[in-house]
Amino acid sequence: MAHLEVELVDAEGRVWSGQATMVTAPTVEGEIGILVGHEPLLAVLRAGEVRVKPLEGPVVRGTVTGGFLSVDDDVVTLVADEAVVVPGTGASTR
Amino acid sequence: MGGQQRVYRQRIRSTQSLKKIFRAMELIAASRIGRARANVTATTPYARAITRAVSAVATHANVNHPLTSDRHDTNRVAILVVTSDRGMAGAYSASAIREAERLAGKLAGEGKEIALYASGRRAVSYFTFRERPLVRTWTGSSDAPTAAIAEEISDALLAAFLAPADEGGVGELHVVYTQFVNMVTQRPRVIRMLPLEVVEGVVEPGDEALPLYEFEPSADDVLDALLPRYIRTRIHSCLLEAAASELAARQRAMHTATDNAEDLIRMYTRLANQARQSEITQEISEIVSGADALASS
Repeated sequence: MAHLEVELVDAEGRVWSGQATMVTAPTVEGEIGILVGHEPLLAVLRAGEVRVKPLEGPVVRGTVTGGFLSVDDDVVTLVADEAVVVPGTGASTR
Repeated sequence: MGGQQRVYRQRIRSTQSLKKIFRAMELIAASRIGRARANVTATTPYARAITRAVSAVATHANVNHPLTSDRHDTNRVAILVVTSDRGMAGAYSASAIREAERLAGKLAGEGKEIALYASGRRAVSYFTFRERPLVRTWTGSSDAPTAAIAEEISDALLAAFLAPADEGGVGELHVVYTQFVNMVTQRPRVIRMLPLEVVEGVVEPGDEALPLYEFEPSADDVLDALLPRYIRTRIHSCLLEAAASELAARQRAMHTATDNAEDLIRMYTRLANQARQSEITQEISEIVSGADALASS
C-alpha cells in the first residue's frame, strides 16, 4: 500500500518519524492536507497544530512554532523551529 | 631533618588532591562527550532538510537575496570566535583564538575594519584584557549549546549583516570554531558564513535531480524564511561541534594532568623516603659516634 514517509524534525533533533496516510499542517496560507501522490511542494509553516495519521494507531498531534514543509516523492519533511508531539498521541514508529 | 620530610609529605598530599580533581574532570568530560556527539548527530536531519530545501529553491528561483549578495557600502567585517567558558582544556581555546587573530590580521591587511563577536568566557577575557572592543558576547553554555543560544547568536549576526552601513552594518561574517575530527584531533577552522556562497553545489554530486517544486506562498517568500534558518542551523552545528571538541580537548588535557600528577607523587614519595632514610642514618651515626666518644674518654 502506498504511504507517506513522514519526518518531523526541529533544531534539536528528530521529533517524530514514521509512515502515514495523511499529514495536515498549518502553512502561512492556511491548512494544507497532504495525501499520497502529492506534487513536490515547499511551503512556509506558521505556528499551529500538525496532525499525522499513521498507517496504524491513533492520530499523532504536534505543535510547531513555524518552519517549513517539503513534500517530495511521498517523503514529507516537516522542519520546525520547535516541535512538540502532544503526549499520549502515539510514539514514533521507529 | 624532620622539616624536609614534612615538606615532601605536604606536596604529596596536595598533588594527590589535585590528581583527584583532574581525574574527576576527565571523567566528567568523558561522560559528556558522548552526549555532545549525539547532539551533533541529532541535528543532522534538520540540517540536511534545510540544506536540501535551500538548494531546491536556489535551482528554481532567482537567488537574489540580501543574504547572498556582496555588500560594497561598508568595509566592516564580523568575526565570531567560538571558545570554551572554562580552561582546563589544553590548547583548545588558545588555538581558536590564535586562528581568529590570524584571520583578523589578514582582514586588517586588506583594509577591513574588524567587529569582534565572542562566544565563551575565554575569548571574552582574552579580548577584554587586551582592551579590544567586543560587539557582543555570549557566555555560559559553551559545553552544551542549545538551539536557543544559536538562535540568539545568529539573530544578532544577521541583524548586523542587514543593518545599514552607518549603524554598524557588516559586509562579511566569518566564524572561527574548532572542528571535531575525532577524539584525538580537533582542528581550529575558519568559515565564511555571510554572504552565502551561491547555494548550488550544496547538494552532493550524484544525488538525484531535484524535482520541480511548487512553492507556497512563493519562491521568494520560501527563500526569505529559509535562509535565516539555514544560517542558524550552520551556527548551531558550529557551536555543537565546538562543544564536542572542547570536551574532547578537556578529557585529553585532564588525562595528561592526571598522569603528570601521578609522576609527581611518585617522585615526591621517593624523595620523602630518601629524606627519612638519610635522617635515620644520620641519627644512627650520631648515636654511634656519641657512644664511641664516651667509651674512649
